[in-house]
Amino acid sequence: MTDILLSVRNLRVVFPHRHGDLVPIDDISFNVKKGEIIGFVGESGAGKSMTGAAIMGLIDDPGIIESGEIWLGDVRIDQLDAKRLIKIRGKRIGMIFQDPLTSLNPLKTIGDQLVETILAHLPVNADQAKRKALIGLEEVGIDSGRFNAFPHEFSGGMRQRVVIALALAAEPELIIADEPTTALDVSVQAQVLELLKKLCRERNASVMLITHDMGVIAETTDRVAVLYAGRLAEIGNTASLLSSPRHPYTRGLIASTPSVEHGDISTHLYQIEGSMPRLDALPTGCSFHPRCQDALPRCRLRQPEVINESVACFLYE
Amino acid sequence: MSKGNSLMNRFYKSDFFYDFRKSPVTIVSFVVVLALILLAVFADLIAPTDPFDAKSLNLFNGFTPPMEPNAFTGETFTLGTDDQGRDLLSAIIFGLRVSLFVGLTAVILAMVLGVSLGLLAGYRGGWVDSVIMRAADIQVTFPSILIAMLIFGIARGLLPPDLRDELAITVLIIAIGLSEWVPFARTVRGTTMVEKEKEYVKAARLIGLSGRQIMLRHILPNVLSPVLVIATITLALAIIAEATLSFLGVGAPPTEPSLGTLIRIGQDFLFSGEWWILLFPAATLLALALSVNLLGDWLRDTLNPRLK
Amino acid sequence: MLLIILRRLGQSFFVLFLVALISFMMFRYVGNPVDNLLGQEATVEQREALIEALGLNDPLFIQYFDFVTRVLQFDFGNSYRGALPVADMILERLPATLELALVSAFFAMFFGVVMGVFTAINRRGITGNFILSSSLIGVSLPTFLIGVLLIWVFSVELKWLPSFGRGEVVELGGWTTGFLTVSGLKSLILPGITLGLYQMTLIMRLTRAEMLEVLRQDYIKFARARGLSERAVYFGHALRNTLIPVITVAGLQLGSIVAFAIITETVFQWPGVGLMFINAVFFVDIPVMSAYLLLVGTLFVMINLIVDLLYLAIDPRIRDGQLKRQER
Repeated sequence: MTDILLSVRNLRVVFPHRHGDLVPIDDISFNVKKGEIIGFVGESGAGKSMTGAAIMGLIDDPGIIESGEIWLGDVRIDQLDAKRLIKIRGKRIGMIFQDPLTSLNPLKTIGDQLVETILAHLPVNADQAKRKALIGLEEVGIDSGRFNAFPHEFSGGMRQRVVIALALAAEPELIIADEPTTALDVSVQAQVLELLKKLCRERNASVMLITHDMGVIAETTDRVAVLYAGRLAEIGNTASLLSSPRHPYTRGLIASTPSVEHGDISTHLYQIEGSMPRLDALPTGCSFHPRCQDALPRCRLRQPEVINESVACFLYE
Repeated sequence: MSKGNSLMNRFYKSDFFYDFRKSPVTIVSFVVVLALILLAVFADLIAPTDPFDAKSLNLFNGFTPPMEPNAFTGETFTLGTDDQGRDLLSAIIFGLRVSLFVGLTAVILAMVLGVSLGLLAGYRGGWVDSVIMRAADIQVTFPSILIAMLIFGIARGLLPPDLRDELAITVLIIAIGLSEWVPFARTVRGTTMVEKEKEYVKAARLIGLSGRQIMLRHILPNVLSPVLVIATITLALAIIAEATLSFLGVGAPPTEPSLGTLIRIGQDFLFSGEWWILLFPAATLLALALSVNLLGDWLRDTLNPRLK
Repeated sequence: MLLIILRRLGQSFFVLFLVALISFMMFRYVGNPVDNLLGQEATVEQREALIEALGLNDPLFIQYFDFVTRVLQFDFGNSYRGALPVADMILERLPATLELALVSAFFAMFFGVVMGVFTAINRRGITGNFILSSSLIGVSLPTFLIGVLLIWVFSVELKWLPSFGRGEVVELGGWTTGFLTVSGLKSLILPGITLGLYQMTLIMRLTRAEMLEVLRQDYIKFARARGLSERAVYFGHALRNTLIPVITVAGLQLGSIVAFAIITETVFQWPGVGLMFINAVFFVDIPVMSAYLLLVGTLFVMINLIVDLLYLAIDPRIRDGQLKRQER
């Protein structure tokens, strides 16, 4: 299958700890197709950001990828040494972090930061790099006169535009956007998302959009993966998953999202009873079963596998 | 199970004890500090001779190298003797006593002063806070050893010459104590300001407890672990400060030599080849200061990872 | 911006005022200046005359004012011992102390930063951890003991370097320097290391801590995610952000170096102002003590001020007045 850009196979990330290992990602598999926007949704701690970090080879100490494989095209990237990883990061996979306030070095001008990224990846000289940087700024809607400005001179939304320009500077095939709009004002969230979507479509770049916001998922993504407690609960086309969710957790998640279109924003929202278990206190069996209304006796005993690359639940076996 | 027993059990199972067992360096430092403290406390029982008893000194015993019989008297001394024929081991044990005594009392003085001022500044706020913290700001711009020297010098100037040696140890304690209060005050003030906004303190005030009762009974217990950390680190500083002042000749008087004084004496004989008079007191001082420092570092990391 | 500078200047003057006040109080009340100048056998008339001449009957604030006026004219009175003008004593000895401090500061700053960065980058390496552990010994070793041990090894046993004094000095218009002769330079090595070692370990530990803190920041993670080389991440991004607090603290340490010179100068019988001060403390020579306090106090205030202003110049956020420095 040549249209698959990124393939993650049975990924398991472990943080060794003296009271037993913590497993923030357990046996997750998925593909990202060329040019598609795939959303990753779940509560904090569900493993969304960790998945992104694992792909980039940026898991914090002392975490390690214990098993599984990550393939970018026909290159296996989860075992690369630092030198080869550098050629992937930024060049083939770009990343956008949540907080534009802290993503930029406060002591360097945005121009410097753009130029150094371009010089690191593309075979250009300093002049060409600067010209390219200016084009990049223009594309994200920042006046080229602000090339020599420091990050603190921009507003949050503008800074995130700079971050996008940086992530796209070397024309990567995949962008991992980790909650790119969470820290922004509601009024600029849509603009920034729209910009990101437009630029990626133009370049035919794929996007992994990590968010906890079902609204963003619905508006932006082609496909969506739902994570719960480090495992994949459900994955599928955004439209069908939203209209007919299968996993009980996905159903709860959608039911608990306010929907403005139906005009029922003020009515009582559905709530999933309880909260996601902490990593050091995962229940046996399916980790969702204590909160699940449809739990079967075996949900307590065994973890369900993902069936037909779509849902991990015994109800559909 | 008795209460004491379960307390011990809880201690054995605690993270604190776990961290302690996991760190061999800490265990060694702890043992060294404990041993040195015991040596100092039971100096009279342990030391082979009384280094202050002039009658027992035999000048013929002077400059005896360690573990070798003296050429004139045939006596052997574990760590040798100094120019006066004083047994170095005994001198070190008694010097250790002076060093530890000055260090500990100076830290207690600094702690009492710093904690009280910190509580006061944090709880009262307003101009009381401003005055205390401004004073702290100004004091810490100057190194504490300089301040201790200055206080020592002023105190000597105020005392009549015949009392200068007699009160030297007291003056030394006050000088070092006064120079180290600031870290205590700053930490305690910070915690106090946080704690006093909490509901239970407001409740205590509502039921009519006085400010002093609230500070001592409710706020003080919350600052104990950072204070313990600072006290340990300050103890190392105080021991070094004492040794430094005594080495410079403006600390412990010749009649009550501390480790610093012994090193000062030892330095004079370096060129003539009597290395042991310098080496053994220096090694003792280093072992003491290093162990206390290591314990302090470990305590800081364990009790208070945020305090760096 | 201007307001911040003015406020800092105001603070500096206040501290200077306090330092002068303490010096004055020492001068006036500690030890009796009349007894010290005349001795015990003087007649009552002689005493009265001297009290009048010294202005000791004037109201206190006038005495203070006179004191400050004299100090500003560089008149600190005469030493109780030897009756030399204190100002001359200081001027004669200041070059020795300043040259020593300069050498130590360079030594401490250079090796401190290099080793701090090295241990931060090689956090898991054996060499890094070894340097770090030995640095704790460096912190626990009192300065005087370092000096004594260095003398033992390099002067007594190896006989490579001199153990006391400045060696041959050259006089350059009122300034004596040891930089121009071989023996002068050799004499600087041991005291320079002794004085700088503690500050070096301090700067090293601080550089390491700051560097590790910076390396945890999002913008470092983002720089890595952009595919910059480790070299670019460490030296292009992390180092500069690390150096700002390090420079501040290192600058403040300059004052400490001058103060700790007291100890080093005593160990090496270095003819500087520190040795003069410690002798003054021992003999309760109040004019010398109070003059030294004024000198060092002024130096500290100046250093603090310069470091703060430098901080303003380096960090663009503070320069634009957007980010106020935290209340210290």
